[in-house]
Amino acid sequence: MSDTLLDIRDLRIEATVYPPGAAPFDTTIVDDVSLSLEKGRVMGLIGESGAGKSTIGLAAMAYGRGGIRITGGEIWLGGRDLRKLGPRRLRGVRGREVTYVAQSAAAAFNPARRIMDQVIEATLHHGLASRREAEARAVDLFAKLDLPEPETFGRRYPHQVSGGQLQRAMTALALCPRPELVVFDEPTTALDVTTQIDVLAAIKDAIRDTGVAALYITHDLAVIAQVSDEIVVLKDGRVVERGETHQIIEAPREDYTRALVSVRSIEHKEKPPAGEPVLRVDDITARYPGTRFDVLKGIDVELHAGQTLAVVGESGSGKSTLARVITGLLPPRAGGIDFAGRTLAPALRGRDKQDLRELQMIYQMADVAMNPRHTVGTIIGRPLQFYFGLRGRRKAERVQELLDAIELGEGFVDRYPAELSGGQKQRVCIARALAAEPRLIICDEVTSALDPLVADGILRLLLNLQKRENVAYLFITHDIATVRAIADSIAVMYQGEVVRYGPKSEVLSPPFDAYTDLLLASVPEMKLGWLEDVLARRRMESAGH
Amino acid sequence: MHPVVKLLAQRIALGVLLLLAASVLIFVGTEILPGDVAQSVLGQAATEQALANMRAEMGLDEPAHLRYFDWLGGVLQGDLGVALSNGRDIADAIAVRLSNTLFLAGVAAAIAVPLSILLGLLAVRFRGRWPDNLISGTTLAAISVPEFLLGYIVMYFVGVQLGWFPTVAMINDRMSLLAKLNAVALPAMVLTMVVLAHMMRMTRAAILNVMQSPYIETAELKGLAGLMVIYRHAMPNAIAPIVNVVMINLAYLVVGVVVIEVVFVYPGMGQYLVDHVSKRDVPVVQACGLIFATVYIGLNMVADIVSILANPRLRHPK
Repeated sequence: MSDTLLDIRDLRIEATVYPPGAAPFDTTIVDDVSLSLEKGRVMGLIGESGAGKSTIGLAAMAYGRGGIRITGGEIWLGGRDLRKLGPRRLRGVRGREVTYVAQSAAAAFNPARRIMDQVIEATLHHGLASRREAEARAVDLFAKLDLPEPETFGRRYPHQVSGGQLQRAMTALALCPRPELVVFDEPTTALDVTTQIDVLAAIKDAIRDTGVAALYITHDLAVIAQVSDEIVVLKDGRVVERGETHQIIEAPREDYTRALVSVRSIEHKEKPPAGEPVLRVDDITARYPGTRFDVLKGIDVELHAGQTLAVVGESGSGKSTLARVITGLLPPRAGGIDFAGRTLAPALRGRDKQDLRELQMIYQMADVAMNPRHTVGTIIGRPLQFYFGLRGRRKAERVQELLDAIELGEGFVDRYPAELSGGQKQRVCIARALAAEPRLIICDEVTSALDPLVADGILRLLLNLQKRENVAYLFITHDIATVRAIADSIAVMYQGEVVRYGPKSEVLSPPFDAYTDLLLASVPEMKLGWLEDVLARRRMESAGH
Repeated sequence: MHPVVKLLAQRIALGVLLLLAASVLIFVGTEILPGDVAQSVLGQAATEQALANMRAEMGLDEPAHLRYFDWLGGVLQGDLGVALSNGRDIADAIAVRLSNTLFLAGVAAAIAVPLSILLGLLAVRFRGRWPDNLISGTTLAAISVPEFLLGYIVMYFVGVQLGWFPTVAMINDRMSLLAKLNAVALPAMVLTMVVLAHMMRMTRAAILNVMQSPYIETAELKGLAGLMVIYRHAMPNAIAPIVNVVMINLAYLVVGVVVIEVVFVYPGMGQYLVDHVSKRDVPVVQACGLIFATVYIGLNMVADIVSILANPRLRHPK
């Protein structure tokens, strides 16, 4: 096999864990992983968080993040074992033969230096080209990656360009030294769907044009199906299954892979609105103090008891601001909110305890929404004491009931948030909201930070709880698949306005307005060739105009 | 107008305002001291008539706010008044003293600032290992010893035992630069030891803070070596906090050298101030106070200006 570029054999990676209040211990995070990649091929590494994807990706550069150590196996790249190279020769490989595209380009670019300097830095450092040549190459790459004004783009600072542009610039940074291998670590995960598709297409074209090999890391199988030639499925630091992309997508052999492929298959039939709405948002207009433009313009929506209204849109569309207005954190400039048959005071200060109790919230970042020094029992018990005056044994019993309701059971009462997984933390937040026995829960991107399988579990839980407690959800999300799974009615938001609103079946069926069409078409589907289809359709449409 | 220009103008205006406020404080502070200048010049035995004549002559019979503006107007024109104890022009006397103090502070700063930043970089590069511990340990020890004691220790070992440098730092205009440097070697050494730890530890902390950022990993994955990563990628983002602590220490060097100047009998501002405080020479105390305030406010203003200029978001708005 003379064409083999990267050959990882029996890789074993360990890390030292420092649990609070206990002695540190070593844990194995990747074990017995072997994979090999030929020149010019793209290999997808997929798995949930904690599966060791990024760790393996970085191991291809013989790099361990933080306290992570590569303790066993061989990493052959271009005919030599990286583990046997000294630090100096290893640095000669990094940034020259293998380069890296980080998940958050916004954080991976140095804010104090111009983009061009950073893009060509590795090329100059390794003496691969003169400054003039490197800059010409970078401008070339900027153009190839569809960046605006490629000639002058590099003169800007990272904060002067958008997230999607920065992610493409990061790809240019990785391709500039003409490496043999690029490690893409979730390069589109942090982007909006409508931006993701462009970046994805740009990365795919760039890979094809330069003939570079790539390790493409993601938790989204639908994304990886568009770019990779072969896929390795990882779980808990081990290889579950590997194969050509079409085989993994169309005929997965392992149960775990099948679960990944069929994720988001929740069927939820929409319920027709019945009776008086529990929430009526009436012509709300709002702006942030000290600014001069309205972030919400004439928002008009309703939500009935026991139903779910999904508010969907990109970041910056005003979804979360709407939640802030409803909760009273941002009093509106005009319009009113009716809740459970009464008019709510515009500001939080003017609302009574019943208003507060009946309107609860769950947040995207479960770990920052809980006091890290409180136990689960204290966190869930707090609203019970505050709203219902429960104490002692009765409080403890109710906490246990709620823990049962969120399917966590016994043994969680005395744990701290740091000892819970991401999904478990979000469940505790749900229990805390439920403890107040609310009529409405605002869920702000509650599944966005979770792995697909875990997110699935949370959505199922929310649906079950809704059936039992007849609670209404205002569900804020940017993810259409989540909307399909949970909504009864949908409001599509774009630049502070509701551009489309109605029952789920109507909103998701044609004819579409232009924005909803773009949004729906941008959601990756688990289908080979989907990306090409969408791009071809777009080209045809723009040619037709 | 570029937003940075506006910010800088605001900051400078604030500095001027602060300085005015400081001048008011200094004037009021010396005003509320018991007794007056006429009394202290003429002594307890002076007659009422003599005192009144003296006050009229010095303008002390005018209301306080008029005298303040009189004083301020003089200061703005470089006229700091006349020392009561010897009748000499304060501006002339201070010019010599201040230049001596600035010389000593400058020598100490020229050693301490680059050294502390270099040591901070090294401590980050070898963090948690013996070079880091050694640097942190010795600088901490130096800052923990009171500076006058440190002065005498250095004087005894380096000056007396080894005999490398003079233990009394006398300088005058006729000395060559080399001779002057030789004269201030010991006090400069002590001052360096006093300010080194603070600057070095803040540099280390500021850079370590930046070293957590993902863009440091990006730089490492480009194949850059440790010190290069720190220098090229961490330093530019740590400039603001480093400059801040450097300026505070520079201000300390100028303002806080009183003790060291007395220990080494150095003819600087500190000794001048101490002498005249004991003689209750109010105009001199006012003048010294104003100069110290100017140095402090000025250096802190420079720190803020550098912080503003070091921020790419302010320099290059969207």
